[in-house]
Amino acid sequence: MKHLIDIKELTVEEIAELIEVAKDIIANKAKYAHKCDGKKLATLFFEPSTRTRLSFEAAMMELGGNVLGFSEASSSSVSKGETVADTTRVVGGYSDIIAMRHPKEGAPLVASEKSIVPIINAGDGGHNHPTQTLTDLLTIHCEKGRLENLTIGLCGDLKFGRTVHSLITAMSRYKNIKFVLISPNELVIPEYIKKEILDKNHIEYCQTNDIEEYMGELDVLYMTRVQKERFFNEDDYVRLKDYYILNKEKLEKAKEDLCIMHPLPRVNEISTDVDEDKRACYFKQAEYGKYIRMALILKLLEVK
Amino acid sequence: MNIDSIKNGIVIDHIGAKKGMEIYEALHLKDLDCAVAIITNAKSEKMGKKDIIKIDQDINIDMEVIGFIEPNATINIVKDGKLIEKRGVQLPEKIVNLAKCQNPRCITSIEKDLDQIFTLTDKENQVYRCKYCEMNLK
Repeated sequence: MKHLIDIKELTVEEIAELIEVAKDIIANKAKYAHKCDGKKLATLFFEPSTRTRLSFEAAMMELGGNVLGFSEASSSSVSKGETVADTTRVVGGYSDIIAMRHPKEGAPLVASEKSIVPIINAGDGGHNHPTQTLTDLLTIHCEKGRLENLTIGLCGDLKFGRTVHSLITAMSRYKNIKFVLISPNELVIPEYIKKEILDKNHIEYCQTNDIEEYMGELDVLYMTRVQKERFFNEDDYVRLKDYYILNKEKLEKAKEDLCIMHPLPRVNEISTDVDEDKRACYFKQAEYGKYIRMALILKLLEVK
Repeated sequence: MNIDSIKNGIVIDHIGAKKGMEIYEALHLKDLDCAVAIITNAKSEKMGKKDIIKIDQDINIDMEVIGFIEPNATINIVKDGKLIEKRGVQLPEKIVNLAKCQNPRCITSIEKDLDQIFTLTDKENQVYRCKYCEMNLK
């Protein structure tokens, strides 16, 4: 049985297949409306994440399936001391597939070792969030028409931002990718990402503090939120949270077909005056997340 | 101090001083019926002081874990009183329950009966990472 715990588990061919199915779903929604009739998705969310949970639930519903689950640990048996392994075994008897979000890193992997049904990692702490990365890849593919020959700007919290680390890991497997890493000095990309991913794969990259410096060269601009929960010191958070605010003026030198992305929710890092710009793709990106999750559910349930 | 030489068995030599017990425990040598000697603080020209383990039986045990505790150790196989094989050790690809993940956000910090597993991800720099959270073992 297959699970999805880490984006690295998927080959380039498997990702291409998922993207192809997701695009077919977008084009032919009715064809997929009953593919999962009678199937149940359990969303085990040991910490709240409304957006991701709703995306999974909407995906299953649009495939004709049903959903059950919980949205925080206090309303689950974990509050009584049950292990992840036991919860997974029990829920496997009630459902056909499980999407799990957990604050502890590695929890979905533990679940996959004991589960009798496929497990999808819906985010484990600051570690992995493979369906966000798949969402990002589908968005880039739909908006740019390719996953190769791209200059990608990553802006904001590049130190703690797991979506950025996963996206770099995933995109490093495609040809002729260049990264522009835009962050304040305190939030630069970790050394191990540079050494183990970028240098190892001979990926070209540059680092800057200035969001406008390379704006005219970018095909994709991926904005991220500075997350309060990653800071031990409130003062540091307050000082850095509004370091970058993308607005109309900053986009003056940008390409006409730039694709502006953000995993959402945003706080201040993208001004609302950008929302109506045709290059703003972040709300479409959230919708693409539903379609790629539909494709993933079909793949893991082996539904043709 | 005099420890008899062995006729058939294994001598694990060049163990850093005070690491002998750690290897003894990691290899579960207390479960053996044969004589096992741990010599600590033996004089060594190269190391100053070293530990040595002598196992008085030619047994088949998985000694891969030694490479994690003492990469400079040597394993000597003795048969009929003669040294028939001498080899170094290598870093094991995986270690189980020899170290604890220090990441408080790792699932191993709360999940009952879960093995602490680390895999070798960078042989050159001897980097092991937790199987679950992928944090470096320090």
